[in-house]
Formats: sequence, C-alpha cells, structure tokens
Amino acid sequence: MLSFENVGLRYGVGAETLRDINFQIAPRSFQFLTGPSGAGKTTLMRLIIMALRPTRGLINIFGKDTAALSNEEVAETRRGLGVVFQDFRLLDHLTLYENVALPLRVLGREESSYRAEVTELLRWVGLGERAHACPTILSGGEKQRAAIARALISQPKLLLADEPTGNVDPTLARRILRLFVELHKAGTAVIIATHDLTLMDQYEEARRLVLADGRLHIFE
Amino acid sequence: MAVMRFSSPTRHEASDIDADAEEFPAQSALVPADSVPGRSLVIVIAIMTFLAALAANVAILVADASVDWRGDIAREATVQVRPAPGREIEADVAAAAEAMRRTPGVREARVYAQSESEALLTPWLGEGLDLSELPTPRMIVLKFETENRPDFERLRTELERVVPSAVLDDHHVFIERLGDMARAAVATAAFILILILAAMAVAVASATRAAVATNREIVEVLHLVGAADAFIAREFQRRFMALGLRGALIGGGGAIAFFVLAQFLAQQWRVTGGGEQIEAMFGEFSLSPSGFLAIVLLAGGVAALTGYLSRVIVLRHLWRLG
Repeated sequence: MLSFENVGLRYGVGAETLRDINFQIAPRSFQFLTGPSGAGKTTLMRLIIMALRPTRGLINIFGKDTAALSNEEVAETRRGLGVVFQDFRLLDHLTLYENVALPLRVLGREESSYRAEVTELLRWVGLGERAHACPTILSGGEKQRAAIARALISQPKLLLADEPTGNVDPTLARRILRLFVELHKAGTAVIIATHDLTLMDQYEEARRLVLADGRLHIFE
Repeated sequence: MAVMRFSSPTRHEASDIDADAEEFPAQSALVPADSVPGRSLVIVIAIMTFLAALAANVAILVADASVDWRGDIAREATVQVRPAPGREIEADVAAAAEAMRRTPGVREARVYAQSESEALLTPWLGEGLDLSELPTPRMIVLKFETENRPDFERLRTELERVVPSAVLDDHHVFIERLGDMARAAVATAAFILILILAAMAVAVASATRAAVATNREIVEVLHLVGAADAFIAREFQRRFMALGLRGALIGGGGAIAFFVLAQFLAQQWRVTGGGEQIEAMFGEFSLSPSGFLAIVLLAGGVAALTGYLSRVIVLRHLWRLG
C-alpha cells in the first residue's frame, strides 16, 4: 500500500535530512514511527502525504508512483489517507461539525447525506455538545479529538497521526490509542508518529519504525 | 466502538437526525468573507460598472441618433438647377420638378421659390442685399417613398436629359461622414468600455491573489483533505462572483438612476434653446430599452467575469504550487 525506496530528502544545499529510507506499509498493519525530537518524523509524514517531494528515491502509494501524479491524481490519492496533524490544522472559521465534515464536503457530497456520520463521530470523540463551536474556543485536547474525527470520517485506507496524544491526558490518550487499534482491526493501516514510550508500550504488537540520524530502523 | 465503521443511521437514528436538522445552520463558506478585500473590491466594481454602463449608453445614444439622421437624410435628395446661358431658369425648374415627380419612388418634389433660395444664401452673404442680379441656383427638394426608393442613376439620367444644367445631390457624402462620425463615436465608447473592463480585471486579479495569500492555510488544509484544485478554485469563484454581483448591481443600478435623473433634468431643460438643440442632435436623452438591456447584460457580464477571473487566477496559482 505504501513503499519508500532509497528515499532521501535535503532542504536546499545542506546535508540530507532523511537518507536511504526504505520501508513498506502493508494493508491492515499498525506501526509507530518514533525517534528523538527533530529526527524527521514530521518530515517523513509530509513525504507520505505528498506535501513534500523527495530529493531522490521512489515513493509509491496505493500502487502509484507519487512523482508521476498530476495535481488531480494527488488530490484523489490523498482521499485515501486520513491525517491527524500535530498542530491540528482545523479551520477556525468553521464549526467543529464543518471541520470534521470537510473531507466529505470536498468529495461533493450533500450535507444531509453525511450529517448522521459526522454527528455520531463527534459524539463518539466526546464533542457532540461542541458540534457548533468554533476551534478558537476549544482546549488543545478538544482540538486534538476534532482533528482525529476529521481524519477518520472518510474511512481512509491509511491513517497517519502525528503526535496524536501530545495534548491529551493519559486517560484520553489510552482511549485514542484504542480507537486507532480498533480501526486497524477493522482493516485500516495505521502509522502513529510519537515519542511517547508509554503509548507505544500499550500496544506491543505494533511495528516500530525508528528514525535516528536521518535513517530509518525497523523493529518488527 | 460500533461507530468506527460509521454505518448508515438506523431508522431511529435517522429520525433523531431529522429532528436535529434545524440545529444545523447553512454551511459556512470555505473562503471566509472577511478574508477577501470585499468592500474595496465592491466599490471598484460598482464604479467600473457605472462607467462602463455610461460608455455603452452613450455609444447606443450616438448610434441611434446617427441612424435617425441618416434615415432622414437618405429619404431626401436635392436637385440644384443652375442658371445657364440661353435657358429660362423658371422653365428648367418646372421641367425638372415635373420629371422628378414622374419618377417612381419620388413622393414629393417641392420647388424652392426664388426668395427661399436667396434666403438660403443669407447666412453667407448677409441680409439686405439685392440678389436678383446674381445667377442664384434654384433648389428642388425631393422626398422619397419609404419602401420604394428611386433608382438614382435613372433619376440622374432623366434629369440630365430634361435639364442639362441641373445636378442631383443624393447627400451620400454627408451620410457617409455621419456614418463615419457615428462609427468613430461607437468605437471610442467601445475602447473606453474595454479599458474599464481591463482595469476591473486587474483589480479583481489583484484582490484574488491577496485572498489566496491570506487564505493560504485554508488552501493547504483543503489540499491535504483531498480537495482538487477545481474544488478550491470554485470556492474562491463563488466568493468573488458574489462580490462582483453586488458591485455590478450597485454600479448598474446607479447608472439606471443616473439616466432616469438625466431624463428628468433634460425635460426641465428642454424649454431652453440649448436643450432643443441637444434634443435635435441626439434625440430624447433617456434610457432606451436597448440601453437598459445593455446595463443588465453588462452587470451580469461583470459578475460572471469577476467569478471567472478569480477561478482562473486561483487555478493557475494552485497549478504553480503543484
């Protein structure tokens, strides 16, 4: 479903931030992407979501070489991904309901056709009462949950979460992890970027992809 | 955790959701209203639409007036009978008038009396002169039937046969000059219209670029959740088209109000000599149905152009980003 072959990335003329990255993500797999701060976890995530182009190497998503995709194909490919950003990336002028519904709205679906799904998901992440609030008045944890709901609403084939428990208390962190595990069991491939060892220890069956010094080490 | 597959709602859930429907206000626009320099753009578009409507209506006014002038002139011709040695001018005038009346298509041939012909020279020669000794040409004014215009070649041949010293002036040189003048006025108005629309396009382009820059984060998020460029461009187009429509309605409405006011003032002014002259030249200063239609079309066109331009600019910007 996702493969990196000899991928390298350098910003400008400096040294490579990521070097010879090789890995594959299988369907229905679960992995933590970890490493010290600044190791390049977010950069690797940005390569996967095609927000960055590699300096070298081949990235293949859902059977397509990302270097050969047109703008329209990139958009179509991204619809198979669910992404939880470290900084949430919620749109402040939209309500939580509208933020969560955004991936369905860009598909051109009628609002009435997804109202039930969005409402139900908001209730599930504990934001049912906040559906019509704007992100500006929410706490970090609430924003985090809204961001997760937005990533899940379109039932992606691959879920990427960048530090998804960074802003929540341990109880909610466990609940979020359970949600990801459940998603994984239901058939979604999951990559969680985190440096939270406690979180990783709660799901030891997961593969660990460890980034250090620009290289990726895989622990099955 | 059953929620995770987000199955379709059961009948019970669906009824809950219907009951909740009123809680869901209309969806917010993805491009926020306050992120676009809306007010200034609406003002610019309103002014440009007003000026464009003015230019278009002046062109229509001149073109219509020119058609009227040319129509009036083309329905008339003049025969000039010059005094010639050995010929009796009164007999020549009568013979020429009679020959003209016999020609099919000529409705009327009015002979100008000697005094009337002399009166025509007064503006050039002054008053109080005895012109009886001068060989003053005599005029015959011909009026043609509207549907059945005469054959001018035949008229000329007939005139030459009957009175060799007579000349037929069908006013074609004057008509052509009037036509040229009207075309020049219309072309100038069209050029001004194009300049106005070009200036408006530049303003819209600049506002769109500013809006895209301001909403960069929104564009990025939309991209990351899988929005195609066309979807994003459509959102900007919708916002700008609404602004364009507002500006065009204000400008077009202002132009209509201007013409209504101008018509009212012209009616008040008509009693003066200057007013009569202007009315004789350009007809009644009012908004004709074609002028009204031009303003409506212009307003619609301005709104559509605003939306289209913003869409193209956003698409090009996104294509570059890609």
